[in-house]
Amino acid sequence: MTEIKTLADLKKKQEEVKSRIDLRNKAENPEARVQVKVAMATCGIAAGAKKVMEYFVEELEKRNIDAIVTQTGCMGYCFAEPTVEVILPGKEAMVFGYVDNVRADEIIERYIKHGELVDGIIPQNYDTIEQEER
Amino acid sequence: MEEQTMSQYKMHILVCGGTGCRSSQSGLISELFQDELLRKGLKNEVQVIRTGCFGFCEKGPIVKILPDNTFYTQVKPEDTAEIIDEHIIKGRKVTRLLYLDPDTQEYVSDSKHMGFYKKQLRVALRNCGLIDPENIDEAIARDAYQALGKVLSEYTPEQTIDIIKRSGLRGRGGAGFPTGLKWEITSKNPADQKYVVCNADEGDPGAFMDRSILEGDPHSVLEAMAICGYCIGAGKGLIYVRAEYPLAVKRLKVAIDQAHQYGLLGEHIFGTDFSFDINLRYGAGAFVCGEETALIHSMEGKRGEPTNKPPFPAQSGYLGKPTNVNNVETFANVPVIILKGAEWFSSIGTEKSKGTKVFALAGKINNVGLIEVPMGTTLREIIFEIGGGIKNGKKFKAIQTGGPSGGCLTEKHLDTPIDYESLTAAGSMMGSGGMIVLDEDDCMVSVAKYYLGFIVEESCGKCAPCRIGNKRLYEILERMTQGKADPEDLDKLRNLCNVIRDTALCGLGQTSPNPVLSTLNNFIEEYEEHVFEKKCRSGQCHDLLYYVIDEEECTGCGACKRVCPVNAISGEKKQPHIIDQKICIKCGSCMEKCQFDAINLKNEYKSTTVSV
Repeated sequence: MTEIKTLADLKKKQEEVKSRIDLRNKAENPEARVQVKVAMATCGIAAGAKKVMEYFVEELEKRNIDAIVTQTGCMGYCFAEPTVEVILPGKEAMVFGYVDNVRADEIIERYIKHGELVDGIIPQNYDTIEQEER
Repeated sequence: MEEQTMSQYKMHILVCGGTGCRSSQSGLISELFQDELLRKGLKNEVQVIRTGCFGFCEKGPIVKILPDNTFYTQVKPEDTAEIIDEHIIKGRKVTRLLYLDPDTQEYVSDSKHMGFYKKQLRVALRNCGLIDPENIDEAIARDAYQALGKVLSEYTPEQTIDIIKRSGLRGRGGAGFPTGLKWEITSKNPADQKYVVCNADEGDPGAFMDRSILEGDPHSVLEAMAICGYCIGAGKGLIYVRAEYPLAVKRLKVAIDQAHQYGLLGEHIFGTDFSFDINLRYGAGAFVCGEETALIHSMEGKRGEPTNKPPFPAQSGYLGKPTNVNNVETFANVPVIILKGAEWFSSIGTEKSKGTKVFALAGKINNVGLIEVPMGTTLREIIFEIGGGIKNGKKFKAIQTGGPSGGCLTEKHLDTPIDYESLTAAGSMMGSGGMIVLDEDDCMVSVAKYYLGFIVEESCGKCAPCRIGNKRLYEILERMTQGKADPEDLDKLRNLCNVIRDTALCGLGQTSPNPVLSTLNNFIEEYEEHVFEKKCRSGQCHDLLYYVIDEEECTGCGACKRVCPVNAISGEKKQPHIIDQKICIKCGSCMEKCQFDAINLKNEYKSTTVSV
């Protein structure tokens, strides 16, 4: 173990180890961050949700976006698996269907970064559900 | 330490590793989680961390899942597989293990929305339940040692003391002496060696604040001791911790060792001329050793007996050198004050009591546990909002604060904002933070007797008022609970209390009559009933209970009369029988024998029905 000789050393060390508890710090106040919820029921996993979740976790970190990626149960949109719900701070939840890595990239770049709507949005209201063109 | 980059973990499972939860198998639970994760191939995706106390001991063992902040209560070893299968793999919360809000009867998954946590502000407990206390990296990630680095590189000792003084921090061990002032006094006494002592001799019945801090975040205390050492010019620190706290001792040892490896303790800390080392001293659990002069004597290998002040430890303490003694919780506040500023700290709390206070809630309360609230929070908020009210819907009677040196507060004090002054004014004291809630079934005379019994056992015996006076107090109380007290005993009790308070040698002796005085002041009618009517309204005093035959129910079969070993029962056949209370020895045989439920245990009897 290297010794910490200055305050700068300590801060460097903190940077190194910060990611250990990032997840715990973020959980203190989830509403202030981008929340990505991946539907990971059996059907979602079968359709590739696990890969998509990993992609989100890795890419959001790489692109320096302060986000929490969690898994949730079946959202009921079985026709559109894998489905992903994204909540931007202070905004309504938005559900995206048929999410693969390509679409995940689009969601990150366009919706999460700039708030632009992208293909694959599933209306949240069951009464007026209309399958989106694909 | 494993060289896994931690960011790979997508989920964290925090398992409470405090003493309370460990005693209900939380150690096994975290092992089972590890095994299950290994079996399911999730070892590299989900991290299991054993943390310090979450505070919600009533519902322990606690397991928290992140990042979705799900709070599972009363988890059993056999639940682990289900949590992994359902929550971790499928993302479905295990509802039956969530906290059920007793008011709304709804399950609450996020601890933020639980009544227990809503009013809390965790400063001293900031890392408890969040980090692995045996891993210095996690502490560093949460700013540990930043304050020490800042102080050593940017502030002079005088400037640092000034920050602590301006923050308004006062001793959390009980008396509430201003911490900054204490440091300043010690710093001004010249000596070749000085000492920083951490008082971790937590001895109040039902109190576990300091233990939880040491178990959950030992580095906060080590860091603050080093800061104190820098301020007062001490190169050595000693933690006086009771040997009954094996887990705290173990984690302190690990923490000291890790801090040494990083060079955060030892020679030339942060490349400066400041060197500081910390050693442990074990106490044998004597209550009086929480008193600072007794504590110092005990550390020196002498008998744990207090001596007169002055000289104060700041002048002549450990080995005759200037010594600064602070309590665990006081120290835990220091690093945050340095980093966030005196103004931030002094913005919390009341006019004279700044910051927060940790309390251990115990007794007849729904949510037994460890809480931290801003000074100025009312007892009502603590008992009924955080504590969730009285167990089994009973009526609140009193709350005992300050341990054996404190007193009982009642209904009329419920809306008093809590700080050092208001509690003292109400006849109790802040103390180290034990809070024991009493309900209508508790007898106040017995409660006072319990605390006196504790004092009699723990008195070091050095001064007569404490050694003999408390014994006599105990005997008077015992007479009262046995129905043998004379009317003048009430006056004797009060006078003796005053004498002990005025003449005992140390703080513990002087405050030892407080439980009696405060109950005398607030519950005089219960004392009077015990003395004059030989009655205990709550039915706790066995000697003041009476076996009484119900005339309506009694068939006059004579079974009780035959079984009574002292011939206290009389009556004609087929006529209601009567128990002579003067002869009755309260063995209960008659009640056991009666087939008609005609014999009852009552806390009073009509004297007309017995031959008195």
